[in-house]
Amino acid sequence: MILAAALMVCAAGSAGAQKLNAAGATFPYPIYSKWFSEYATQHPGVQINYQSIGSGGGIRQVTEGTVDFGASDMPMTDTMLSQSKVKLIHIPTVLGAVVPVYNVPGAGTDLKFAPDVLADIYLGKISNWSDARIAKDNPGVKLPNQEIYVVHRSDGSGTTFIFTDYLSKVSPDWKTSVGANSAVAWPKGIGGKGNEGVAGLVRQMPGAIGYVELIYALQNKISYGYMRNAAGTWLKASIEGVTDAAGSLKSMPADYRVSITNAPGKDSYPISSFTYLLIPTHPTDATKGKVIKDFLTWMLDHGEGEVSALDYAPLPASVAAKVKSTVSTLP
Amino acid sequence: MRIQEPRTPRAAAAEPAGGLTPVAVPAPASQIRKFLQSRGSSSLADSTFRWLMVLCALSIFGIVALIATELVSSSKLTLTKFGMKFFFGSAWDPVNADFGALPFIYGTVVSSLVALVIAVPLAVGVAVFLTEMCPKALRGILSFLTELLAAIPSVVYGLWAIFVLVPLLRLYVNPLLIKTLGWTGLFVAPDFGIGMFAAGVILAIMILPIISSLTREVMTAVPHTQREAVLALGATRWEMIRMGVLRNARIGIVGSIILGLGRALGETMAVAMVIGSSPTISKSLLAPAATMASVIANEFAEAADDTYRSALIEIGLALFLVTIVVNMLARLLMWAVTRGAPARVT
Repeated sequence: MILAAALMVCAAGSAGAQKLNAAGATFPYPIYSKWFSEYATQHPGVQINYQSIGSGGGIRQVTEGTVDFGASDMPMTDTMLSQSKVKLIHIPTVLGAVVPVYNVPGAGTDLKFAPDVLADIYLGKISNWSDARIAKDNPGVKLPNQEIYVVHRSDGSGTTFIFTDYLSKVSPDWKTSVGANSAVAWPKGIGGKGNEGVAGLVRQMPGAIGYVELIYALQNKISYGYMRNAAGTWLKASIEGVTDAAGSLKSMPADYRVSITNAPGKDSYPISSFTYLLIPTHPTDATKGKVIKDFLTWMLDHGEGEVSALDYAPLPASVAAKVKSTVSTLP
Repeated sequence: MRIQEPRTPRAAAAEPAGGLTPVAVPAPASQIRKFLQSRGSSSLADSTFRWLMVLCALSIFGIVALIATELVSSSKLTLTKFGMKFFFGSAWDPVNADFGALPFIYGTVVSSLVALVIAVPLAVGVAVFLTEMCPKALRGILSFLTELLAAIPSVVYGLWAIFVLVPLLRLYVNPLLIKTLGWTGLFVAPDFGIGMFAAGVILAIMILPIISSLTREVMTAVPHTQREAVLALGATRWEMIRMGVLRNARIGIVGSIILGLGRALGETMAVAMVIGSSPTISKSLLAPAATMASVIANEFAEAADDTYRSALIEIGLALFLVTIVVNMLARLLMWAVTRGAPARVT
């Protein structure tokens, strides 16, 4: 008993009373806050505050050095990294995915969308549900003669980044005329605010198609369509399919700044992406740096096991091992 | 000073009967004066108070100047890159860093106008009923409910609009508008439910309490003798309200409309949720649009790129300028409406 108490005091003493501030993406906020609170209970004296102010804000604050580390759904560009006052590395934490949702009366819940068809619907080239190109992939489904109403996110979002990044890869037209970002110049359609805004509009409007975060669809029991991946398999998004996408890349770059949309694996869900923590390589406060390093190791050893409970996709074992060796190089 | 300090009888008695002016004899301090003097130097307190108030007034200039400089300095990147073209361009393409504010300026102005067109007649009607015709028992409840509307948070209005107002508009109101007013070109299909018109309607509901409660105050302030005089000349009730009340209260009514307009121009959350967020200028009010406030609220959090962020801040600058211009125009309108003689009966 006394020994245990002494050990506790020792542990607390060695960690010191550390208060860390972090800011960034909203998508991983639920799992991050769970991790940070669990880590704090296991390491008394350490407290990590996370503000989910959005990826843009996270990047800005960490490059200015106003927070101890940041978080982003999008990898930083080379220009951003070169302009940053703080030298940063990307640490992937969990994976997200985007699913197509639709409201087509009489078409059931299992519509299939080929990559080029999805892109052309969003480009406005396919504007009716009875179009022959949709019918070709959905034999036996009764498609109504109904105009397609395109719904997209009105707010800047990592979800939009993943979706437009995917469309850019599968459609040369999309790449040249629209491109990929957290918000883009949409060729057509109306905007809904947040996942709930898009889902609400799609639910209310017969003939509508939209896209939402996989987690949102799972937790709200919204049915979504099949996608065809790069290997030619038709599949519905699942946590396993998303994790598989991250593991199927032929080569993982050393800085993890890679898009995993349209991944080559047979069972890979094609509209998937990493979300990152942005960690300074030369922290101004060495003790804080140690705590961050310790947290990242803890996250890879213990944290990753808990993500599926919150419907996030964990890193595949191969990537987790690589990330662990990256973390060990931190001071 | 116009009013002479009343002299105490004692002071009057002390005055010599000769020709000396009263100024030459200092009046002894009154009870109140003595009491105040016993509490310390009042000249110090007086000047402190004066400077404090001047400081308060100056802080308004300070705040406005700070906002303006911050907006300009944070949007330097796009100010130099696009120049005046920014305010007249209609591209909004974050991927290729091409930005223009015109669709958002248009959206802000038009959605506010739609809101005024709906809200003003309704608000004035409510105010007339409350001041002139309402039975006493109902008056309290009605005015309480109107003021309750002002207390509802904007995001709640937005949610209500998404789940109740928008389906209602799409299923019943908009098809009717398309059928009856389609020829104007303002209401043409496709009809999504959300769009400029939905934003205008929700804004109208939000500015209704401001306009109606201020209008009511102004109308209550019209003297009863005015009403009685008009009635005595044989006017009907409607004529009495028109000539006796509305005419006298018009300055205040226009003022309340300007306050409502100010709220409509800057309203963010509810509008962002129902306007459809598409930076396009289209004649049809049923088409999706975007306002300056809505695009900032929607896109600022995830705008990682410097030019993109600068463009969003410059939209804030544009909103600042548009608000100033619209307020100036509104004041001009107020002057035009209210100049000339007071109430004329014609």
